[in-house]
Amino acid sequence: MIAYIIRRMLYAIPILIGVNVLTFVLFFVVNTPDDMARMHLGMKHVTPEAVEKWKEERGYNKPLLINSDETGTAVLSNTIFYEKSVGLFAFRFGRSDEGRDIAYDISQRMWPSLAIALPVFLVGLLTNISISMLLAFFRATYIDITGVITGVVLMSISSLFYIISGQYLISKLWHLVPISGFDIGTNAIKFLILPVIIGVIGGIGSGTRWYRTIFLEEINKDYVRTARAKGLSELRVLFRHVLKNAMIPILTGVVVVIPLLFMGSLITESFFGIPGLGSYTIDAIQKQDFAIVRAMVFLGTVLYIIGLILTDISYTLVDPRIRLE
Amino acid sequence: MLPYQCQELNQLKSNNKANLKPRRRDWISLVFLLFLTGCDGQSWNNPYPVQERFENILYSSFSERPNHLDPARSYSSNEVEFTGQIYEPPLQYHYLKRPYELIPLTASRIPKPVYIDKKGKRLPANASVKDIAYTLYDIQIRKGIRFQPHPAFVKTENNEFLYHQLDKEQLTSIYTLSDFNQTDSRELTAADYVYQIKRLAHPKLHSPIYGLMSAYIADLVPYAKKLKQAADNMEGHYLDLNKYDFDGASVINKYTYRIKIKGKYPQMLYWLTMPFFAPIPWEADRFYSQPGLEEKNITLNWYPVGTGPYMLTVNNPNLQMVLEKNPNFHGETYPTEGMPGDQESGLLADAGKPLPFIDKVVYTLEKENIPYWNKFLQGYYDVSGISSDSFDQAVNIGAGGEAELTDEMKEKGIELKTGIGTSIYYFGFNMMDPVIGGKSNDARKLRQAISIALDFEEFISIFLNGRGIAAQGPIAPGIFGYRSGNEGINPVVYKSENGKQQRRDLAEAKQLLSEAGYPDGISKKTGKPLLLHFDTTGSGPDSKARFDWMRKQFRKLGIQLVIRNTTYNRFQEKMLKGTSQMFMWGWNADYPDPENFLFLLYGPNKKAELNGENAVNYSNKEFDRLFIKMKDMDNGPERQKVIDRMIEIVRIDAPWIWGFFPKSFALSHQWYGNSKPNFMANNTLKFKKIDPVLRYQLRQEWNQPILWPIMFLVIVIIAVIIPAIILFVRKEHKPALISEVNKS
Repeated sequence: MIAYIIRRMLYAIPILIGVNVLTFVLFFVVNTPDDMARMHLGMKHVTPEAVEKWKEERGYNKPLLINSDETGTAVLSNTIFYEKSVGLFAFRFGRSDEGRDIAYDISQRMWPSLAIALPVFLVGLLTNISISMLLAFFRATYIDITGVITGVVLMSISSLFYIISGQYLISKLWHLVPISGFDIGTNAIKFLILPVIIGVIGGIGSGTRWYRTIFLEEINKDYVRTARAKGLSELRVLFRHVLKNAMIPILTGVVVVIPLLFMGSLITESFFGIPGLGSYTIDAIQKQDFAIVRAMVFLGTVLYIIGLILTDISYTLVDPRIRLE
Repeated sequence: MLPYQCQELNQLKSNNKANLKPRRRDWISLVFLLFLTGCDGQSWNNPYPVQERFENILYSSFSERPNHLDPARSYSSNEVEFTGQIYEPPLQYHYLKRPYELIPLTASRIPKPVYIDKKGKRLPANASVKDIAYTLYDIQIRKGIRFQPHPAFVKTENNEFLYHQLDKEQLTSIYTLSDFNQTDSRELTAADYVYQIKRLAHPKLHSPIYGLMSAYIADLVPYAKKLKQAADNMEGHYLDLNKYDFDGASVINKYTYRIKIKGKYPQMLYWLTMPFFAPIPWEADRFYSQPGLEEKNITLNWYPVGTGPYMLTVNNPNLQMVLEKNPNFHGETYPTEGMPGDQESGLLADAGKPLPFIDKVVYTLEKENIPYWNKFLQGYYDVSGISSDSFDQAVNIGAGGEAELTDEMKEKGIELKTGIGTSIYYFGFNMMDPVIGGKSNDARKLRQAISIALDFEEFISIFLNGRGIAAQGPIAPGIFGYRSGNEGINPVVYKSENGKQQRRDLAEAKQLLSEAGYPDGISKKTGKPLLLHFDTTGSGPDSKARFDWMRKQFRKLGIQLVIRNTTYNRFQEKMLKGTSQMFMWGWNADYPDPENFLFLLYGPNKKAELNGENAVNYSNKEFDRLFIKMKDMDNGPERQKVIDRMIEIVRIDAPWIWGFFPKSFALSHQWYGNSKPNFMANNTLKFKKIDPVLRYQLRQEWNQPILWPIMFLVIVIIAVIIPAIILFVRKEHKPALISEVNKS
């Protein structure tokens, strides 16, 4: 298994390089270093000299990908892409274009993101699996039909609608929790209740439909018929046999997102004033801060790759027939 | 004092102890009560800590973190909102008087200019501008002003700075500025002001006004070159500016410094109200230049050191920023004079009282308008602007265009303050464009025709909810040179009928268009319809509506309008290259002087060729000549006459459609006092006050939790679960075979 993991990690290197190149190209197609300089220097009284100076100090006065004035390896290394990207592979994120330490900001902002994402993930998973098992149990009854229709309705509604209506009803009209905000430690709980409830409700529709399908697929297999023939109760069949065998498709969708929980949610964080990594990324895009954008894209890619590797590993834990070689 | 509900609970507990063993029902009541109140007497939706409920704290917000809090760099309004309260330049604007009036802040008096010729000989006050080689401003500051407590000032018994040589071990436990155990202060001196002026030329700071100031402050450019050279050759991280003398700013004595200006530049005094000219102690610069601190984001850009009424005690731009009273503040009193009506509106009730009134200001990160607005209505923010989403909920516009609060706002005791800002949004014609630009009569008439057709009154009504007034010229109300009423009408676009200004008829516009060579919008030369391009940025339904409106305005003249929508970057690039045809842009005044508006049309200030702020690249010899004359004149009838002529010229040339002056609408709760819009001053926080007791009472009244939805939810869940259980039991007792048979 170790050889497999090492191999997967080596595969990750070209993926990371590719993602970096793509991010770099996309970013600089939209924004030139001059645009970035003007954005950071402000709108008024910006002289061409100031723009040049800003670029020079941050190394944005060099060619983007190929430096035709150089010879040898410097053709590639004395470029913006090389200088801004190499450090990432050693997880040296450097400083933002504003001058702040990106690693420090990430370390500060990942916890608020996690504070929302983790409960939403766990409670959502538990809720979705419970409801979908219930629907599977009552398959082809009015409960199942009602559940499926409700699920379709719920998944058709925009997450923004859940947020705005949740804030309106629960906070503004009924005064049950603060509308938005964040705090540290246990003081954060009152701020997390609403986004977590909304996050869970927002995910019920699609989650339930997905898990119900998985369970129904399992429920029609021979081993389930055998279990029933043995005289096991339906509840026991569902929890002891169906759930266990449905773990592989569940894990495929679940484990891969675990590392990404750190990355936060863009809309939720913005509407609830949560200082997480989602809003950090959005702010960076709006401010044309390439240093942060590339760091966040790189981090997201790394976490996604880790998630995929963890998914593979988790298969071996739930299904002894699978070997990673 | 314990909160009311907790006292009740304690009473309940003690009664139980004293009398008999608590019954089960009592405990249920207790738990329910605890659940209901959170045991703190606070509303459940209160986002702030319980202990703050009676404190003299103002609650505000920020939507994006300020980029720069270094006074050499901060320029945006969201940055100056902080630096304006922390740093003290020598001068400030009177809080209540209009037109805006300069008064001393740390200076003992308003400095008087001293003019000297090329030989250094002093000239009389009425000397001709061409004879004046330099202007000297000697600024005397008051004695006894002290900096806020800061670790940069702490000295050991050996008179060495304790925190100026931090080693790795010391740095391990430092994460924010508050992690330093000791702080100290020292008296403000003239050298601190000079140090800051030198910082404007610092090669690494990129002060946004360096380019502008290098045209005025003597020797700023050579000084910047000297510093650049020194920075390139220096060892270590600290560039000690005290080692490099500067002719443009120098210390005369401990409390007096001199600024040397090239030629005559009376507007310099206005710049002396901005944080760019606030003092920076060299110790702070030295302290923050330590690499270990910079790595932890502890820099002067994030942790200001000032003498003002407030100091930044929490700077977590990801969550919250907190200003607290500076214990070393030198003291200042509320103004005793104001404008007519200020007395009646209670704005002089605190006359002579010591400032600041508010102890602490908590700024919370709030990125979206909707949550901010709802929290304001719940009493958790003290003041609010009005976004277009919530305008109808807050304000009714009467038949006469007057704004009035809605009943909902009135019931809450919310107050509305309005004011015309010192800004302008204009529609520009690129004068370099071969069709719409240039000095020919045809092009001028074409621009005039479009100026009449583009109905900005309608624009203000539709897109701004009436929050603005149509501009008649470039100078904003409240600025010297602005003329109101019939006197100020732009005769090219408006006419006066029965004492009222009225936009000229479309027929007149069509006539002008015809004279310009485009009868009914068809070119006489080519026989093709006139096609014009409008460069803009924008996306979403709001922008689409604006674009449709714009097309409609041009269609009135038979002109086809092509909207060239792009990103702001590309838009700026077009402006810099002078390749746009028509566009809309704005200007926010730096200071209340007509020069700061009229320079937007000054020829040598062209954007395309000279990177100035004249975005339409307009040039008129007479206008330029008058501008040079006007900028150095003192306010008075003579200056007004020159301004009138300048405005007459540009009205006829019509390089801009004058657009509109935005009107600001601000809402505040009844517990918030001393609020008067002041668009120039950035240090007004010290004048504001709140009544925390009234605020607490109203918050409690407005935010009682409503519990029936929870009960309803429980009932619904039970209603769903019970039939499910019944179904489950039935199903479990059914023989499997029958079930399968039924299915098939």
